[in-house]
Amino acid sequence: MSVSKDQLIDFIYDEARMLDEGRYDEWLALWLKDGHYWMPLDYNQTDPINVTSLMYEDLFMLKLRVERLNGARTFSQKPKSRCHHVLQRPFVDEMDEAAGTFVTKTFMHYVETRLDEQFLLALTVRHDLALADGKLRIANKRVDILNCDAAFRNIQLLP
Amino acid sequence: MGRYADNPAAIKALFRGNEVHRDVYIDPEIYKLEMKHLFANAWVFVGHESQTPNKGDYFSTQVGDQPVIQVRHSDGEVHVLHNRCPHKGTKIVIDRAGNTGKFFRCPYHAWSFKTDGCLLAIPLKKGYENTGFENSDNGKGMRAVGEVRNYRGFIFCRLAEEGISFEDFFDGSLSSIDNMVDRSPAGRLEVAGPPLRYMHHCNWKMLVENQTDTCHPMVAHESSAGTAVKLWEELDMPEGTPLPPAMEIIAPFMSPYEFFENMGIRTWPNGHGHTGVHHSIHSNYSAIPGYMEKMVEAYGEEKAKAILNENRHNTVYFPNIMIKGPIQQLRVFIPLAADKTLVESYIYRLVDGPEQLTARTAMYNRMINAPTSIVGHDDLEMYERAQEGLHSNGLEWVNIQRLYEEDEDFTQEKVENGTTERQMRNQFDAWVKFMTCDMDDVREAAE
Ligand code: FES
Ligand SMILES: [Fe+2]
Repeated sequence: MSVSKDQLIDFIYDEARMLDEGRYDEWLALWLKDGHYWMPLDYNQTDPINVTSLMYEDLFMLKLRVERLNGARTFSQKPKSRCHHVLQRPFVDEMDEAAGTFVTKTFMHYVETRLDEQFLLALTVRHDLALADGKLRIANKRVDILNCDAAFRNIQLLP
Repeated sequence: MGRYADNPAAIKALFRGNEVHRDVYIDPEIYKLEMKHLFANAWVFVGHESQTPNKGDYFSTQVGDQPVIQVRHSDGEVHVLHNRCPHKGTKIVIDRAGNTGKFFRCPYHAWSFKTDGCLLAIPLKKGYENTGFENSDNGKGMRAVGEVRNYRGFIFCRLAEEGISFEDFFDGSLSSIDNMVDRSPAGRLEVAGPPLRYMHHCNWKMLVENQTDTCHPMVAHESSAGTAVKLWEELDMPEGTPLPPAMEIIAPFMSPYEFFENMGIRTWPNGHGHTGVHHSIHSNYSAIPGYMEKMVEAYGEEKAKAILNENRHNTVYFPNIMIKGPIQQLRVFIPLAADKTLVESYIYRLVDGPEQLTARTAMYNRMINAPTSIVGHDDLEMYERAQEGLHSNGLEWVNIQRLYEEDEDFTQEKVENGTTERQMRNQFDAWVKFMTCDMDDVREAAE
């Protein structure tokens, strides 16, 4: 199966929309099972393991994260947070048709709100995508926050 | 004038032994007085020496509300200077860390200072001749803090020129730092990367108290740890499947009350104390191959075992840090206002220790203490609800009475049931002491 540039770009837009609409079961189904969601703490960080990151989560942790959002005793989600992504058109940086692997980079603005607070993050998001059973899947996702070294308040949803 | 300045009796009246008045958390005047008295008279954590390993390396931070610079002087010693030019007040360094070479140079009018703060040169110096400049404090250079101590790599300072000695202030509580450092076969730690920085809209003391609050994990963290346990059970793994590292870290938060009761709490004089006297949530982490052998080689079998059998949970060093010895973590609760606290969470690697331990610690830090951490979200929600709730006039006192005994004596080290709130009371006992020890008494003066 071949994948067009448009299909890759649509995939990125669809994923952001799932997060904004809270369609987490669909979102989890996008992932390959050994994928990681990485959000570095340091600018240009290269090591996710031996220094602190904001997030470096496998599928079990991601599942736990979204499962918790709906828990009856998840007090930090009473009331719930909402989020909103605005994407610039993704760049397709690598297309290896033979291997079925692709890399995109997308600049986004991410807004999250709860009660009277709202914050804005500027993001650079790298997706490593791969074909599995004829479908595009997320192999890895790296989310760099422009002001990653700033002191944040809660970031409760998924940028 | 406010109600509390120069009024030690009013300060003392805020702590009744088993309850504390809400003003300690919400009154801006109390915050100002804490900065002036408590954070000046106590020994406060600055940084780790490995953040400034080479001559001229500096690191800027805050002690209470005071901007300071930790810097490695040309003699190899670590100094702590006020981050303020003696000329017009300009901050000498603005970036968080760097190397200044042999001297600091103010960017405004180029006064320069040795890395111990002494004045080095002033352009057009002759303009100060016959002005009496040499008699001014400002002519001496950048002001150093009252006293600095490097304890096994951890830099503490006392802002006040005079006051309690480092040894008298910490006393037996240094055994927790010792245990953390001894876990390195080389007896040395190194900072691993930048700290997490997490902004809380609550009073700094709520965070410090929470470090020995053993009755909250199974309640406040049910949403995160409870859900983790449930998800793991649903996976229905065969009996005896080892827990993945994430579960090893998060599942113990759901331990029952008896676990926390039996773990024990120890208090030391001057507000220090720790949970996990007998065991802790860190006790059952899987062993890292080769580590014990290295420790035995470095210390001999008996001492190596003694070091690793200690599993202290959270050690509070009054006023505002907590360390976790078994995972080499340090959290500093920097008070920015009565209702604003910056939490910075550092991790350290064990020099000559296995890198897998650094990896576990980094995982702990991001899973539990990050602004993106689900466990962190649970805690912050509680602190901020408390900060808002305390404005209610329904009641004015906060209850810290669990396992309270009349006439508690905090001058003696003590071990008690792990769910006691004695450590919180111990902190307030020290709080009163260091708030009032150098406070004038207006009413006495008036008499
Ligand atoms: S303010 Fe620093 S030299 Fe003038
Ligand atoms: Fe907690």
